[in-house]
Amino acid sequence: MSGSLIISAVSMGGLGAALALFLAYADKKFTIEEDPRIEAIMGALPNTNCGGCGYPGCRMLAEALMKGDAPPTACVAGGSDTANKLAGVLGVEAGSVKRTIAVVLCKGGHAEAERRATYKGELSCTASNLTGGDKGCTYGCLGYGECVEACKFDAMSMNDNGLPVVFYDKCVGCGACAKACPRDIIEMHPEDHKLFVYCKSKDKGAQAKKVCSVSCIACSLCVKDCSVPGGIAVKDNLATVNYAVAPQNDESTKRCPTKCIAYGIEGQNTKASFKASSKRAG
Amino acid sequence: MGHKTFDRGIHPAYYKELTAAKKVEQAALPKTVIIPLQQHAGAACAPLVKKGDAVQEGQKIADVQAFVSAPIHSSINGKVKDIELASHPGGTRVMSIVIEGDGTTREWKAEGSADLNAITPDMLREIIREAGIVGMGGAAFPTSVKLAPPKGKAIDTILLNGCECEPFLTADHRIMLEEPEKVVWGLKALMKATGAANGIIGIEENKPDAIEALKKAIGGGNIKLVILEAKYPQGAEKMLIKAGLGRKVPPGKLPLDVGVVVNNVGTAAAIYDAVVYKKPLIERIVTISGNGVREPRNLRVRIGTSFEEVLNQCGGLNGTGETEVLNGGPMMGIAQSTLAVPVIKGTSGITVISAASIKSNNYDPCIKCASCVSACPMGLMPYRLGDYGKAAMTADFKAWDALSCIECGCCSYVCPAKRPLLQWIRLGKYRLRKEAQKAAAK
Repeated sequence: MSGSLIISAVSMGGLGAALALFLAYADKKFTIEEDPRIEAIMGALPNTNCGGCGYPGCRMLAEALMKGDAPPTACVAGGSDTANKLAGVLGVEAGSVKRTIAVVLCKGGHAEAERRATYKGELSCTASNLTGGDKGCTYGCLGYGECVEACKFDAMSMNDNGLPVVFYDKCVGCGACAKACPRDIIEMHPEDHKLFVYCKSKDKGAQAKKVCSVSCIACSLCVKDCSVPGGIAVKDNLATVNYAVAPQNDESTKRCPTKCIAYGIEGQNTKASFKASSKRAG
Repeated sequence: MGHKTFDRGIHPAYYKELTAAKKVEQAALPKTVIIPLQQHAGAACAPLVKKGDAVQEGQKIADVQAFVSAPIHSSINGKVKDIELASHPGGTRVMSIVIEGDGTTREWKAEGSADLNAITPDMLREIIREAGIVGMGGAAFPTSVKLAPPKGKAIDTILLNGCECEPFLTADHRIMLEEPEKVVWGLKALMKATGAANGIIGIEENKPDAIEALKKAIGGGNIKLVILEAKYPQGAEKMLIKAGLGRKVPPGKLPLDVGVVVNNVGTAAAIYDAVVYKKPLIERIVTISGNGVREPRNLRVRIGTSFEEVLNQCGGLNGTGETEVLNGGPMMGIAQSTLAVPVIKGTSGITVISAASIKSNNYDPCIKCASCVSACPMGLMPYRLGDYGKAAMTADFKAWDALSCIECGCCSYVCPAKRPLLQWIRLGKYRLRKEAQKAAAK
């Protein structure tokens, strides 16, 4: 009885040891040389594969960083913390990272914009845009939330008025929402931009006003009120801020009849404040 | 039964009885017309007039140098009120010339000779191009381009399309019944312009009166009338060639590659007007039908007349609630979000569906029944293409031959789960175009 026990223990143990030796040899023999820094770089990256850097995923960016093809600031989602960590791993200067934020440049929600028809097709912005959309304004937000779907950082939501809201505390500036928008209403801006024209309509004033109460009617009051010449200009019936020169204050916003140009309202929404104010958020 | 046809396809309810027996009547002269600079497949035109200019009915008001294009003419006497972005029945907004009429009209007299021996093929092509004639079936492809085949490709047959397989529409039916001589003359002109030896008119069996009229007008000679089964989409170019001639157009190729040019019967009639009356394409026959309009009619409408004005001449909309107004028929037509859109060269009909008949847009999961595969006249797999289009999987979308899709809508029609397959395919095609644009920009 005890003899067979010993035999099986020895044979199994021997087999195990032989295979272990083989595996140990194979591990050494067929090992793939990898730069140990890749591991370290991957550790410093957020690993969300958001694509904001322009590479297909974090792994590709890590390889580019190691080859020196991308600067340590390349990861937009990570911000300055990640840039500093990456600079440490790579042994280079981090450089300065300006945080960029998504800004939704349309305020024409259910309450403000005319709806001229009922759209009954596939509920996506791109599909609805192919039919011209259901709103009177052909430049404004379509309201089917493709940007919210595209956000991988839980930093956006549709509000009760049918417009997307960006959560300042969550947005990493990857730009996925801006790419998803078929009407290019979402723009990526450095954090220190505070003055925005919240309208994209190139319609003439009367037409723009007819279909939306908060549209830019190209009255040029903001152009006149801007203390720096050329800071704001009206192009194609739409006021446009020249961020290179325009002073970041509220001087040009005060006389706007539709309040479509505004200063300092970005950065007010956080996920918590949105949840508290919205009926829809659950 | 027993008539020639193509493979697969569907038999929708046709509802042609609403307007088939109604004579074409002249629509009232519009006070204002909105004439978009893009009414055809190809390059958009540039205006030749400016704000404040006086224009005459039939005057060329926009043109462009591009090969694939057709000039645009004023449809009324009056003054250019503005050149601005205006809603277009295609869904977008395009630059349009707005003309305010002065209430007068021009009388068109037979000035040219109807003797085809007196005209050379080059002259014919030039007249067709200058008259702004495009395919009147709906796609609005410039006709002169079709008649100028690249070197080395010979055209042996002109196939006139009198199928009108789209439900509700009877505009082509009425042309064949009321003006068969014009249609046959136009076919002879097209044969002369291309040097084609054979002419065929394809017509569905469900228009016996038009068949009789055409038979009389043809008489004899090298023109044949081919009677086809009433099936959708019999009037699609490739289906028609298969049914009428037994030739198959390979994927990605044109009818030209099998020696055929297909034209609509309405286009043939327009060529007659252009040659004999020297009248450019400034009006067309439009069928206004559907259960959402009080008095369905066939009207001869000037290009640029708003849908609203046309519908008002048909007793207005029937009932209240959300009515669906389509540019075209229910299978391929595009739903409109405003009635301010104008009738354009490709508007063969305005179909109005009443609130009670509009189905909800809810759909169920695909049960892989393959009804769409059995219906697709192009032999594609619509359920797959729909999913790829919806999910933005453009590489797979293209690999499964989405670009062969003729957007006839058979797949959506037969789907028991009511999946909007065609809309997803159109979405996918749009994404492909976008990607191509981006690649080109780089």
